[in-house]
Amino acid sequence: MFINWLVEPLKYEFMQRGMIAAVLVGIVCAVVGTYVVLRGMAFFGDALAHTILPGIAVGYLITGGARDTLFWWALGTAVLAAWGIGAISKQAEVKEDTAIGIIFAGMFALGIALISTVRSYTVDLSHFLFGDVLGVSAQSLWLIIIFGALVILTIAAFYKEFLTLSFDPILAMTLRLPVNLLNNLLLGLIAVTVAVSLQTVGVALMVAMLVTPAATAYLLTQRLWIMMTLAAILASLAGAIGLYLSYYLSIASGAAIVLTATAFFMLAFLWKRMKPA
Amino acid sequence: MYPHISHQKDKPILDVRDVSVRYDGRVALDNVSFHLHVGERIAVVGPNGAGKSTLFKVVSGVLQPNSGEVTISGSKPTVHSCIAYIPQRSQVDWKFPVSVADVVMMGRSAKLGPFNFPKKRDWDFVNHALETVEIGNLSKRQISQLSGGQQQRMFIARALAQEAELMLMDEPLTGLDTPAQEGLLDLLDTLRTQKVTVMVATHDLEQAAKHFDRIMLLNKKIVAFGDPENVLQTDNLLSAYGGRFRTVEGKDGLLAVDDSCCDEGAHDHVH
Repeated sequence: MFINWLVEPLKYEFMQRGMIAAVLVGIVCAVVGTYVVLRGMAFFGDALAHTILPGIAVGYLITGGARDTLFWWALGTAVLAAWGIGAISKQAEVKEDTAIGIIFAGMFALGIALISTVRSYTVDLSHFLFGDVLGVSAQSLWLIIIFGALVILTIAAFYKEFLTLSFDPILAMTLRLPVNLLNNLLLGLIAVTVAVSLQTVGVALMVAMLVTPAATAYLLTQRLWIMMTLAAILASLAGAIGLYLSYYLSIASGAAIVLTATAFFMLAFLWKRMKPA
Repeated sequence: MYPHISHQKDKPILDVRDVSVRYDGRVALDNVSFHLHVGERIAVVGPNGAGKSTLFKVVSGVLQPNSGEVTISGSKPTVHSCIAYIPQRSQVDWKFPVSVADVVMMGRSAKLGPFNFPKKRDWDFVNHALETVEIGNLSKRQISQLSGGQQQRMFIARALAQEAELMLMDEPLTGLDTPAQEGLLDLLDTLRTQKVTVMVATHDLEQAAKHFDRIMLLNKKIVAFGDPENVLQTDNLLSAYGGRFRTVEGKDGLLAVDDSCCDEGAHDHVH
C-alpha cells in the first residue's frame, strides 16, 4: 500500500528526473551550505542567488525561452556575481552588508524588468523564482550530475584547507596556504551550486537549501564531516519528501521541498530544547 | 607543496629592523628594532593599544609593515610555515564543529600538502603533541568543553603539530585563574628543550618577571628591552604606561602595574 503510494508517481519519466534532481541538488546544497552556515554567509548566498536573475533574463530573451541553455547563463552570471560581491565586500566606503543589499536588489529588479518585456512572462518568471523541478530535461539532469559532482569532489579535495581557513584564517595565513585562492574557490563553488539548484528551487528559495539542512545538522552534531553527511541526508530526504507532497497535495514543488527542510529544522530545534542538557 | 624555506643557522630566529605600522594614519608601531635568539623566552608587556598584537601580526607575516623589515632565520616571514600565532581566546569561534584533535591536526595542513589526507603517522603526531601538553585524554572533546587553560594547551599542541620554531601567544594568561596560569607557564618552561622560541604578550608583570628571559616594554616604541630587573624600573614603567598604573610592593620587592586593563573587562591586576 505504502509502496504503491511511493512508486505510483515514479511511473512518469518527468517525476523520475525530478526526483533525482531534487535529491542531488539537496546533497550539493547541504555540503556547500555547511560552509555557508559556519562562515555566516547566509545573506551572501541569498544575494548571490537573486543577483543571477538578469543573466538568466538575457539568456531567456536571446534564446527565446529555451530552457537547456539557461544553465550556462546562470552559471556564468553566478560566478561573475560571486567574485564581484567578494570584491565589493573588501572596499571600505560602504558597509559590506549594505553594499551587498544595494547590488542584489538592483540586479534582481533589472532581471524582472528584462523578463517583463516579454508578453505573458509570468509563468516563466515564476519558474525562475520558485523552481520547476518537474520540468528538468534529460540534458539538464546531466548538467546537474556533472557540476554537482565537481562541487563535491572539490570540497573533498580541499577539505583540510577549507576547514583550517574557516576556523582560523590567521593560522591558514601563517601556514602559507593560498588564502585568497581558497576564498575565491569557495565563492566559486557557492556560485556553481546556485546554478545547479536553479531549476529545482529557484532563486527566491535557494538560500533555504543552502542554510536550512546545514543548520539542522549543526544542531545535532559537533564534527564537521558528520555535519556535512547529516546535512546531505536531511536535504536529500527533504527533496524526495517534498516532491511526493507536491505530487499528492498539488503544491509548488520548490516550496514543498523547502517546507519539508524547515520542518526538519523545527523538529531538531525542539528536540535539542527538550533534551536534558 | 606549500612554501617552506630552510633556516640559515647563523641568522637570528627573528630580526626586526626599523618596523613602523600605521592604520589610517594612526601610528601602531613606531620604528621598532630588536632580535631574538633560538630558544629564548620573551614577554611583551605594555598598555592596551601598545601595538602588541600588531607586532605579532607583522612578525608572523600576516600584516605588511609600512616601513622596515622582518626576517626569520634570514628570510622574510611569508616563506616560513614555522611561525605559530596563538590567538586570544575571545577571538575563537568555540562552537565550531571540531574536536580537540581536529584543531591540532589543522597545524599539519601545510606539512601534509595539497590533496593529502592525514595518515596514521599524522594522527600519532597529533596525539603525541596532546600528550606533551598533558591533555591527551581530551582529544575527542568538542572544543567548547575545555577549560580556559586546556584551550591554551590545545593551541600549544597545534603549534607543536605545526613544528613551529617561533611561537607567538597573544594574551594567553588573560581570564585564567592563577593555578591555570602557573601550569601554562610551567609547560612553556618544559618546551625549552624543543628549541622553540616563544614571545608572549601579557598584562601580568609578575609572571613576566618570573618566567621569561627578557621583557620587552612596548608602547608603540620599545621603551625598554632586557633582563626583568633592568626593565621593570619605575621610570621605564612610567614612560610606557604614563600615569595609568600604580606600584605595589610585592614580596620580592616587585612592581604591580596596569589600571588600564582590559579587553576582557572586570579584571584587576593587583598582585
